[in-house]
Amino acid sequence: MAIKKFITGNFYEEAVLFPAVKKVRRAGYKVHDVYTPFPIHGLDKELGMKDTDLHIAGFIYGITGTTTAISFIGWALARDWQINFGGKPFFSLPAWIPIMFELTVLFSAVGMVLTFCWLCQLAPFVKKDHFNPRSTDDTFVMAIECTDKTNEAEAIAFLKEAGAQDVQIQSRETGWWFGRYDRETVRFGKKVAAV
Amino acid sequence: MSTSTTEKFIPAKRYNTIAFALMVVGVIAAISLFVTTGGEGNHDNRARFWASLLQNSVYFLLVVNAAMFFMCATTLAWGGWQIAFTRVTEAIASCVPVIGVIALVILLALCFGDHHTIYHWTDAEHVAHDPVLQHKSGFLSKGFFATVTILTVVLWSFLGWKMRQMSLKTDEGEVVSTLEKRKKFVWNNTVMAALYIVVFALTVMSSVPWLWIMSIDAHWYSTMFSWYNFASTFVAGMSLIALYVVFLKNNGYLPLVNKEHLHDLGKFIFAFSIFWTYLWFAQFMLIWYANIPEETVYFKPRAEGIYSAIFWMMLIINFVAPILIFMSRDSKRNYTIVTIVAVLVIFGHWLDFFQMVFPAVSPTKVPMILFDMGIGLGFIGIIMFVTGKTLSKHALTARNHPFVKEAVIHHT
Repeated sequence: MAIKKFITGNFYEEAVLFPAVKKVRRAGYKVHDVYTPFPIHGLDKELGMKDTDLHIAGFIYGITGTTTAISFIGWALARDWQINFGGKPFFSLPAWIPIMFELTVLFSAVGMVLTFCWLCQLAPFVKKDHFNPRSTDDTFVMAIECTDKTNEAEAIAFLKEAGAQDVQIQSRETGWWFGRYDRETVRFGKKVAAV
Repeated sequence: MSTSTTEKFIPAKRYNTIAFALMVVGVIAAISLFVTTGGEGNHDNRARFWASLLQNSVYFLLVVNAAMFFMCATTLAWGGWQIAFTRVTEAIASCVPVIGVIALVILLALCFGDHHTIYHWTDAEHVAHDPVLQHKSGFLSKGFFATVTILTVVLWSFLGWKMRQMSLKTDEGEVVSTLEKRKKFVWNNTVMAALYIVVFALTVMSSVPWLWIMSIDAHWYSTMFSWYNFASTFVAGMSLIALYVVFLKNNGYLPLVNKEHLHDLGKFIFAFSIFWTYLWFAQFMLIWYANIPEETVYFKPRAEGIYSAIFWMMLIINFVAPILIFMSRDSKRNYTIVTIVAVLVIFGHWLDFFQMVFPAVSPTKVPMILFDMGIGLGFIGIIMFVTGKTLSKHALTARNHPFVKEAVIHHT
């Protein structure tokens, strides 16, 4: 991935954050993301993010589970090794529905968790840069990505004006990497403080 | 279009005309059914007439009562979002006394009248030769049936009226003027809702569908039958609320309601459709698996006999349709789709009640369902009329309710 320049600012109140997001976006700055310790209702909409497609993936996993269950039990009990259970038909659908249901839930649950981890790049040993450790504790951290056209001093002033505190310019790795934080300072040939 | 929260519903002329037309259709259907099949002598025919009245009155009574249950359950859970349209729920619940009286008359007539072809256990001569019914005579006796039925309707009506009065009092603002008073109001409201839930648990969730519907097949029993009936009517009740919310919203009322509230109503319909299927299936599968003749006798005419088309069709309408249509988020926020699903679900659960009642009453041939539909339309007319009248009496928004802020900022 690449190391990019960001301007970050801390917010302490939702009531300040929301108008600030609106102002910053309207001014044409590119908001990289806002990091918060807990989910904030409506922030995704304010940031202009589109709804996730995770649930469509979940539906597909679910019907895969149903199909797996019915085809395997059907093959095993009605084709390959027919067993007479109390005179019931070999293809006894009602008895299989609980299992079909369970596999539907299992497939969609496990599949969605894995997909979620994939989408968020969450896995053991996967490391990503943090802008500010306080975004996991008590403040909302907004990161504005600097492009070629961004006037940094102006942007810093703008963010301060919008109510941000502790505004800084930071160079951060945008992607993820395997390994440890301290080794990455070498890997990119540029000093990046481990946070 | 006004967006004031003090606004009342003014029924358009067409609204009441439709309500009266539906009631007329219901009366005509009932009369023609009575003329063609009623009369003296033929026991089976007379049973067919009364069974139709029984099915429709019990179904629609339980549906409007489900609105009552929704109101009390959300109050008990200290929910806030439903306050945005709580007057709609109250208005639907105010149909309980009206339809309750109709149902009461029909049920008591069935119990004390000479209609043994529906409730076999009311025939003393028949019971004398029937050891199974003798064992059940404590529960299936005229006295117990009448007591429970009257108590049920009276308590539902009374507690519903109480809840409504409490809610209306907030409009004057006096009972919620200070924090202390607001706390007291919420407490009183919660206590009243809790009382209703206890009554509801002892009636709809346990005894009443056993007595009213299940005792038609007096030999057969299923302990989860009442739960299953509750799920059925609760889905239909939520659909009715959703229909009214959409209707009022389309006419420019209910300024506090937005798509978030509709989304949550849709979630209720979606979730309880699955809950209904779960109960239906649990009842069906255990009987199918155990394969004991005295239990399978119930499903024989329904799943495999002449009623199988209705039986499987209602499963598609009540399960497959809601789960597929309502699965996505956008469909629950779309007025048209919500309307279609709500109508479908109300009809589907009406069919469910049809197949609960009729296979025992008319085992040899499926009765002409159009008559029953006509009577059903009559009941819908009553619901429309009473609900519209109640809505037009008071402000459509409970604007002084302590939880109204939660309803405004509600976000799913």
